[in-house]
Amino acid sequence: MGAWAVPWVVALPLAGALVNGLWGGRLGRRGVSLVACLSVLGAFLLSVALTRDLVASPGAEDRTVRLFEWIAVGDFRIPAALVWDRLAALLALVVTGVGFLIHVYSVGYMAEDPDYSRYFTYLNLFVASMLVLVLGANLLVLFVGWELVGLCSYLLIGFWFERPAAAAAGRKAFVVNRVGDAAFVLGILSTGSLLGTLDFREMARLLGEGGGGLRGHPALVTSALLLFAGATGKSAQLPLYVWLPDAMEGPTPVSALIHAATMVTAGVFLVGRLWPLFEAAGPVLPWVVAPVGAATALFAATVAVVQYDLKRVLAYSTISQLGYMFLALGVGGGTAAFFHLTTHAFFKALLFLAAGSVMHALHGQIDLRRLGGLWKSMPFTFLGFVVGAASLSGIPPLSGFWSKEEILHAAHGSGALWLVALGTSFVTAYYATRATVLAFLGDPHSPGRPHDPPAAMAWPLAGLVVLSAVGGFLGAKWLGAPFHAFLGPAWGGHEAPAPDLGAVALAVAVATAGVVAGWLAHRGRREPQLGPVRRALEAQWGVEALYEAAVVRPGQALAHLLSEAVDLRGVDRAASALAEVVVRAGSTIRTWQTGNVRQYAAGLLAGAVVLFAYWVLR
Amino acid sequence: MEVLLFALSAVLSLAGGLGVVVARQPVHSALSLLVVLGALAVLYLTLAAEFLAVLQVIVYAGAIVVLFLFVIMLLHARTPETRPSPVGAQAAVAVPLGLALWVGLSSAALQLPARASRVPEGFGSTEAVGRELFGTFLLPFEVASLLLVVGIVAAVVLGSSPSSYERRGRER
Amino acid sequence: MTVPAGAYLVLSAALFTLGTVGVLVRRTALVLFMSIELMLNAVNLAFVTLARVHGDLGGQLAAFFVLVVAAVEVVVGLSILVHIFRTRDTVDVDEVDLLRG
Repeated sequence: MGAWAVPWVVALPLAGALVNGLWGGRLGRRGVSLVACLSVLGAFLLSVALTRDLVASPGAEDRTVRLFEWIAVGDFRIPAALVWDRLAALLALVVTGVGFLIHVYSVGYMAEDPDYSRYFTYLNLFVASMLVLVLGANLLVLFVGWELVGLCSYLLIGFWFERPAAAAAGRKAFVVNRVGDAAFVLGILSTGSLLGTLDFREMARLLGEGGGGLRGHPALVTSALLLFAGATGKSAQLPLYVWLPDAMEGPTPVSALIHAATMVTAGVFLVGRLWPLFEAAGPVLPWVVAPVGAATALFAATVAVVQYDLKRVLAYSTISQLGYMFLALGVGGGTAAFFHLTTHAFFKALLFLAAGSVMHALHGQIDLRRLGGLWKSMPFTFLGFVVGAASLSGIPPLSGFWSKEEILHAAHGSGALWLVALGTSFVTAYYATRATVLAFLGDPHSPGRPHDPPAAMAWPLAGLVVLSAVGGFLGAKWLGAPFHAFLGPAWGGHEAPAPDLGAVALAVAVATAGVVAGWLAHRGRREPQLGPVRRALEAQWGVEALYEAAVVRPGQALAHLLSEAVDLRGVDRAASALAEVVVRAGSTIRTWQTGNVRQYAAGLLAGAVVLFAYWVLR
Repeated sequence: MEVLLFALSAVLSLAGGLGVVVARQPVHSALSLLVVLGALAVLYLTLAAEFLAVLQVIVYAGAIVVLFLFVIMLLHARTPETRPSPVGAQAAVAVPLGLALWVGLSSAALQLPARASRVPEGFGSTEAVGRELFGTFLLPFEVASLLLVVGIVAAVVLGSSPSSYERRGRER
Repeated sequence: MTVPAGAYLVLSAALFTLGTVGVLVRRTALVLFMSIELMLNAVNLAFVTLARVHGDLGGQLAAFFVLVVAAVEVVVGLSILVHIFRTRDTVDVDEVDLLRG
C-alpha cells in the first residue's frame, strides 16, 4: 500500500459527507446509512493496511504525501501535505475504528429522526476533518482540521437547533473553543517565526540534535504555552472546560464520538505531535502541562460526584480522564498518555453508547433520580455499562487499569502530582459506582417498558465491550507489549515500564476502595447529603459563577450597549435621517409636478434659451 | 419692388401673428392665422418656391384653418378664461423669455453666411420639386403617406361617438 | 435676391417667438394649437429661405414634409381635443392636470 492511499483515508469520509449532503434526500435512510458507514469503514481498512505497511518496512518510515503547494511566499513555503507515521496511524485507527462503530450505532439510534441525512453528513464530515487534523504534516494543515472539527462539533451539538438549550450549547462550545483557538493561532505564528518552519519533521530536526541555542529559549516557551492554551480549549481542561458538559445536548452518539473518543483528544494529540517543541521548552511540560492536567482531573472528578444527568457525569469524567493524559505528557510519559487515550476511547464510548441505549429505551430520560432497576430489563446494556465503569475505575484486568497504571507509574517521580492522580482515581471509582448503582440497580420504577437495544445499536456495544475488556493487554509486558513497541519509536524508543508490584497493588487498592465507598454510600439508590460540600461541588467550585461574573455579564452588557446606543440610536438614526432627507427632497420636487402643460412648456423654453445663449456666446 | 413686397408681407404676417396670440375670440385667432398664412405664401413666391406657395394656400389655408373653424364651431368655444389661472405670472415669464429667444435666434441667424447663390431656371417649380420628391425623397414620401393613413384612422376612431364605440366593443 | 436673407430669417425668428409666447400664455386649447401652427410656419419660412440661399431644393422638400405632418398632427390633435371636451366640458388647458404629482 503506497503513499497514494493516504489522501483516500480522508477523501472517503469526505466523499460520504458530500454525497449524503447533496443527495441524502433521494437516497433514503438505507442509502444514507450505507454511504456513511461504508465510507468510514473504507477509511478504517485503508488505515489498517497502511499501518501494516508501516510496521513491516521499518526503514521507510513516515510516508508524506504532498497534495499541493499551498502557501509560497518567497522562501517560506507551506505545502498542503499529509503524513502517515506511527502517531498519525494510531489516531487514524482510533478515529475510523471507533467512528465506524458509532456510525453503525447511530443507524439504530437516529432511526426515528427526520433529519437523518443531515446527521450523517455532519458525522462523516467530522470524521474527515478529524483525519485532516491527525494526518496533517504541518501545523497549518493540522489547524485547518482543528477548526473544521470545531465547526462540526458546533453543528452536531446544536443538531436539534430548535431546542434553545441545544443551540445555546453549540454557541458556547464554539465561543469557548475560539478563545483557545486565538491562543493557538498566536502559538502558530510564534513558532513559525521562531523556527522558520511549521513542518513537524523539520521542527523535530531543528530541535532534536541539541536544538542549538533554542532549548529553554523564552520565545520557545511562549510558543509552547500558547499552543498548550489552544489545546486546553479543545480538550476541555481548566479553565476552558465549560463547554463540554453543555455539549451533552447533542445526540448521544455524537457525545460518544466527538466528546469522548476523538475531538477532545485533539489537544493531547497536539502536544504529542509537537513533542520536540514541548520537550525543548524547558519548564512548560512539568510546570504547566502536568499540573493543569492533574488539577483538572481532580476537579472534574469531584464535580462528577454530584451530577444527576448521567451524560453530564460522563462529560465530567471525560474532562477528568483528559487531565490524566495531560498529566502523563507533562511527566514525560508520552506512550502512557496515548495508551490511555486509546483505552479511554474504548470504555468512554462504551459508557456513552450504553447511556444512549437507556435514553433510547426510556424516551430521552437520563436523570439518575428517575432511573433504576434497569439491570433486569436491560441486562445487555447493564453488562456494557458495568464493564465500562469498571474499566474507567481501573479495575484489573480491564483496559483502563493498564493505561492508568502506566500513568501513575510515570507520575511516581513528582510526589504531589502522583498523590493527586491517586486521589482522583479514588473519586473516579466512586462516581462510576454511584452512576452504575443509581441507574441500573434497585427496583424498577421508571415508566414505559425498557428493553435492550436493537441489533444496530447492540453490535457496536458488544464490540466496545470486548475492546474495553481486553484492549489493555496491548500494553502487557508479558505479551510483548505490542502497543509500546508500535508507538515507542515515536518517542525515541521507550520500553514499557517494568511493573512495580507495590505501586500496582496500591493503585488497585485505591480503586477498589472507591468502588466500595460508592457502593456503601449509594446502596439502595440513596443519595448522601454531604451538606456544604455538595453545594460547593454543584457550583463546580465556583468556576461557572466566576465565568458568569467576569465574562458573561460584561459581554452581555457590552452587547446591550452596542445594540442600544450604537446601533439603535446611532446607526439607525443616521439611516433614518438619510431616508428623511430623501423623502423631503422628493416632496419638494413633487411640487414642481403641477400637471400644467403650459408651465412645462415655459420650463422647456427657459432651458432652451439657456442652451441657446451658451451656444451663441461661445 | 421686391423690397416693398417683402416689407408688406412681413408686416402683415407679424400683425397676423400678434392677432393669433392676442385675440379674445378663437374665431378671430383663426382668421388672423389665415392672414399669416397668406402673407407667408407671398413670401414663398419671392423666394422662388412657387409650388410650396400654392401648397401652402391649398393645404394650410384651405384645409387646416377650415378644420380649426369647424372644431371651434363644434365646441362653441367661448372665452372661458374667467377663472383665475393657477399659473398667474405666466405672461410675465413668457414675454421676457420670448424676447430672449428672439434675440438669440436672430443673432444666430445673422451669423450665417447669407450670400444668395444663383438659382437655375425652374428652381422651386412643380416639376423640380416633383423630381426631388419621387427621386431622392421617395422613402420619406411613402412614409408620409402612411402617416396620413394613420391620421385618418385615428381621426375616425377618436371622432366616433363613445356610445357606438362601446356598442361595437360589446358586440365582439 | 435684393432683400438680404437675414431679414427673412429675423422675421422667421419673430414669428417663432410669437408662437412660443402664444403657447405659454393662452389657455384655450384651440388657440394653443394655432400658436403651434404659427411656429411651424415660421420654421417653414426659414427652410425655404435657406433653400434659396444655398440653391438646394432639400429645404423646400423639408418644408413640404413639415406641411404634411402638420396636417396630420392637427387632425389627430383636434380629435383628442374634441374627446376631452366631451368628457370634461372644457377646453381650458389648465383644467387638464391629471398628471399632477
